[in-house]
Order: sequence, then structure tokens, then C-alpha cells
Amino acid sequence: MKKRFDMVDLDCANCAAKMEEAINKIEGVESATVSFMAQKLSIETAEEDFDKIMKQVVKAVKKVDADCEVVL
Amino acid sequence: MDMNKKQKRTLRNILISIFILIVISIVFKLVDDRLTDLPDYAVRIIKTAAYLVPYLIVGLKVLKKAGRNILNGRVFDENFLMTLATIGAFALGEYTEAAAVMIFYQIGELFENIAVNKSRTAITSLVKLRPDYANIEVDGELKKVDPEDVKVDDIIVVLAGEKIPLDGVIVEGESYINTSALTGESVPRRVVCKEEILSGCINEQGILKIKVTKEFGESTVAKILDMVENASTRKSRQESFITRFAKYYTPFVVFAAVVVAFLPPLILSQSFSMWIGRALIFLVISCPCALVISVPLSFFGGIGAASNHGILVKGSNYLEAVAKADTIIFDKTGTLTKGVFEVNEIVTDDGISEDELLSLAAYAERYSNHPIGISIKEEFEKRGGIIDNDKIKNSNEIAGKGIELTLIDGNIVYVGNSKLLSDMGIKTIEKQSNSYGTIVYVADKEKCRGFIVISDTVKEDAKAAIERLKSQGIINTVMLTGDRKKTADAVALELGIDTVYSELLPADKLSKLEGVMKEEKAKDEGAKVIFVGDGINDAPSLIRADVGIAMGALGQDAAIEAADIVLMDDNPKRIATVNTIGRKTLRIVMENIVFALGVKLLAMVLGVLGLAGMWFAVFADVGVSVIAILNSMRMLRFHE
Repeated sequence: MKKRFDMVDLDCANCAAKMEEAINKIEGVESATVSFMAQKLSIETAEEDFDKIMKQVVKAVKKVDADCEVVL
Repeated sequence: MDMNKKQKRTLRNILISIFILIVISIVFKLVDDRLTDLPDYAVRIIKTAAYLVPYLIVGLKVLKKAGRNILNGRVFDENFLMTLATIGAFALGEYTEAAAVMIFYQIGELFENIAVNKSRTAITSLVKLRPDYANIEVDGELKKVDPEDVKVDDIIVVLAGEKIPLDGVIVEGESYINTSALTGESVPRRVVCKEEILSGCINEQGILKIKVTKEFGESTVAKILDMVENASTRKSRQESFITRFAKYYTPFVVFAAVVVAFLPPLILSQSFSMWIGRALIFLVISCPCALVISVPLSFFGGIGAASNHGILVKGSNYLEAVAKADTIIFDKTGTLTKGVFEVNEIVTDDGISEDELLSLAAYAERYSNHPIGISIKEEFEKRGGIIDNDKIKNSNEIAGKGIELTLIDGNIVYVGNSKLLSDMGIKTIEKQSNSYGTIVYVADKEKCRGFIVISDTVKEDAKAAIERLKSQGIINTVMLTGDRKKTADAVALELGIDTVYSELLPADKLSKLEGVMKEEKAKDEGAKVIFVGDGINDAPSLIRADVGIAMGALGQDAAIEAADIVLMDDNPKRIATVNTIGRKTLRIVMENIVFALGVKLLAMVLGVLGLAGMWFAVFADVGVSVIAILNSMRMLRFHE
């Protein structure tokens, strides 16, 4: 399943790269890109467990930058 | 300058903090003499407490972030570098510097933020394409609804000045529409009833009623927006390089700073405080922000500049590839030529006028729907001729050769190719043609009366576009076509194309493309090959090439899907434009990398040697970032 989410207050390009790396390591995530310029997360995951994966994604994002929100 | 709430708050904090810093500095200058009576540690405490006020107003955020990152096991980032450097400065008694460094760091960050937002808005101005509403007629009154709620076959009403929200077919009304938002060129186009119409255009006058043919999600506008929004997820080599670079760079400089702080004092037995001070200066200078931000910003700016010209680039990597390409392959029809056949020349034997000859050919072709037949009829009508069916007895098609026309007066006319003539035992006339193309002979029972040359006309800008591409560093231009060799060679010569592969079947084109790619890659592994097609039947080639450019792709979903770069209009000069934009972007990226690394390296050396103080360090960090960002933003102003 391919989805795209807006990100709010994604403030630095370096953080975006770190988030991307962290999200890609989450189990069930096939591929993910965090675009600093577009302030968007594109993610491709396994069909099942989507909600569970997204919870982990949000956590991973928060871990890099606590101010940054993923608009689910 | 437009700022959002958060930015305004940051600016306010910066200003307050600067003000307090100045006040404190003045106060301490005035009371400096009296402080000498106090014990040393007391002075330190007072000064630290005082300077902490402006420091924390701007820097609390940074400290918090650095602390949180350490807790999360991410030690080395900008926040950490700044925190370490400023705390160190406090410890060394450089209070003003500590506060000033933090203030300047925040000014730099604010500036970055504004710059990035600005370029983001510039690009998403394409989002202006996104229609806010669609009008639907309910009981004779117009009702505004969300375009997403409109279904296929619904009738929508577009008033003058409104955006066309969905793709459809006009069922009532006619108007001029402005396609500039899609194509970058603001030439109003006339549309009439029954014509297909694309979302994103603006209805300039009159009321149009449109029957919707696609849901919003499938519409031209939605597809384009999707592409633009996705563009920055495909990263160029430089962007990935910078992220990887930053990953190793920060730990390295921290390690280097530790070495600077402790090794020289131990070896040279000099004071620790001097060398720790130098190490801190070194850290402030080393901050990689300038690079990390300016590289993606430049690419983003390039993609934005392209979209302002009606060119959609699907990712930074393609902008990079198009700039580095040295070979370009054109599928002739629809890219270099209009793909429309026109009568180019009429050559007549003595005793018959051009118009007479043309009329005979047009009569013969009256039912034809072959492009060549149509072009003859069109030319005939253009010259004021009307096909009078009463003059025709009958006409027979001779497959693959032409048509035998019998007129009412019993005369027989042959219209067709040279095979038809030789079958009939008629010799062609001696007069030669000056132009190239498909030749249609017109003959009667005795002799050939003349011929008509029909060719696919070359686009006006094609030659100039190729010249420009060559001057920009494209070494090899190749043309693929199904045309006869003679015709193809003539077109190539006219346009200055280096290599021509003619008489190709559609399937051959892909293998020729692969052949050229293989050849180029053998010469140079990093060689990039561009393929330009009109999007009809060439999706495989568009996908296969390093960069697939589809021209005139407006409304052609398959082409938009397959291509890496989409030219909304069909003007070949846009290929040169996107090449220019790519080159310019890459140059700016390189400038930034060299400039930022150069200044930093120099400043770091000076810092270690003790020749650069904290103020210089702040310039080397924030100043360099700002300059690099300003340089990146030049791309947004690009216009031709």
C-alpha cells in the first residue's frame, strides 16, 4: 500500500534524512522517502498492520524531532 | 517578507535577545571598575547569570533539542555543535561571544526557514492549479461543490475567469481558454462545442458547459500536482552525497575538535583554555548546515523554474541527468516535425495549372482518411476548391498504389505512387522536385500530368533548439524515423542532426535506442542518453532511456506516466530550456559545495592556528549558509 502524508514543522533537511533512514528500518516498511522540500512522507508498506506500522513511524519521527507532526 | 507565526516568534526572540545583550554589555562596561573589588568567582557567576538571559531566550530551543537528541542516542548534530561551543565559551569566560553565537545561529536558521518556505511556495504555486470548486446546475441555479464530488458524465458550468476544474467535453458554449498554468505559454486557445477540454486551464470568456469525462483523481490537474509533489522524493546524486557526507562529517569534526583541544596542550604544554577555545571555534565553523540545506534547495529551485516554463521534472535525479547528457535521440514525428502532413510543392507538366492538378487529386481522394489524402483535400479547400460530386462517376482504390478516378465525362485519372504509374505503363514527368517527402503522381491515360509533394513539416523552432543543445554540450544528436531514407536524410541535414536511422518499424526504435545507449556507455560509463518522443507509442523508449522526455504530453496519460520529464507544449526549444535549467542548477550546487567547504576548511585552519576568533567563526557558519541559500534561490528567478 502506497500512501502519502503531510508533515508539519519539519524544520531541517538533515532531520528529514534521519527520519527517512529510521522509517526505512521499521519492519513492514517496503520503502519510504521523507521530502524536506515538499514536507511530505511517502511510504509503501505491507497491506496488513498498516496502523501499527504508522504508529511506529510517528514514533520514529518524534524521536528525531519532537516538534514535527505527521498528519495522518 | 512573509513570515508565519513561528518565524515571527523567532524573530521577536532574536530582537529581544540582541537588545538585552547590548544593554548588558554596556552595563558591564560601565561597572567594570567596581567589579574588580569582588572576588573572581562572584564576577563569573554574575556575568554568567546576566548573559544567560539573552542566550536562553534564543537558545533554549537548541539546548532542548540537543539534550533530547543525546537521550535518543543521536549525538552529533547542529544543535549539539552549537550547544557545546556556546557552553564552552561560557566556561572560558567569553560571555558576549557565547550569546552572540547563539543569536547568529538562530538568525541563520530563521533565514533558512524563510528561504525554504519561499521556494516551496514558488513551486507549489503550481498548486494554484488545484481548483477549489466546481459549479453544478441544480434547479436552474449554480451550486459550488468540491471537484472531488463530481462524477463522470455530470455537467459542470465554468464561468468566465474561472478555472476549469475537471477534464471533460464541451457540450455548450465556446470560449478562449488560457493554458498558461499548464504549458507556461499564455497564448489563448479557442475552444468550441464538442471539443475536449483539460482541467487547469482558465476560461477567459463566456460560459462553458462541460460534460465531465474523468473523476478528479484521474484528471490532468490531479496528475500534474501529484507529479510535482512527488518530484522531490527522487533525489539526485548530490543530495544523497550530502546526506551521507553529513553522517560521517559531524562525528569526524567533533573528534578533530577533541584532538585540537587536548593534543597540542599535552605536547606543547600550553594552556588548555587557549586550545579548548580554538577547538570550540573550530566546532562552530564546521557546522554542515550550509551544504545540507542549499543542495536540495537548489534542485528544488531548478524543478520550480522548470515548472514555470511548462516543464515537469519528476525528480532531482532527472534534472541532474539531463544536464549531464551528451546524447539526445529524437523520435522524429511529433518532436522535430509537426506530425501533420502538408502539401509542400506541386509540380505540373505543361498545359495544366497547379489548381487543376490539385483538384484532380482531391477528387480522387475525396473519401480518403489517410493523412496524405487528407492533406491533399485540405490544401484544395484552402485554395478555395469545393469537391463537386456531380463531376465524378466513380473511383476505385488500388491497394498500396493509389486510386483510379473516372470522371463524368469519361476521362480516367490515376492518382498514386510511382508503382501505379509503372503498372499503367506511364512515364513520370522529367521535371524534378526541390523538396523532399512523399510524392503523389497525377496522370491520365496517356501521360503523367504532374505530381504533388507532401511532407511532414519541420517545426519552426527545431533547428534553433538543436543548435542550442549542441552549444550547450550535447555532442551527439540522433534521429529515429519510419520515413524513407531520402526524406529522413533531408530533414536531418536541414536540422543539423548527426546520425539518422530511417525506415524503422515502430519496434525497431527501442532496439536502436538500446544500441546507441550501449555504444555511448562503452565509451563512457557515466554517459547519459536522452530520448525525446511525442508520447504516442513510445512509452518503452521513454522508460528505457536515462531520461525520457515526452513532448506535447498535455492530456496524454500514458506519456506523462512513462516519461521522466514532461513538456506540456510541443515546442522543441523547451528541450534546450530544461537542459539549461539542469546545467544551471548543477553549477549552483557545485558552487555551493566548493564555496562552503572551501571557506569552512580555510576558517577551520585559521581557527586552529588561533587566527580566527568566535566572531569569524559565526560568519563562517551563518554567513556561508546565507550566501549559499541566496545562491540557490537564484534558480527561482530563472526565466527565458
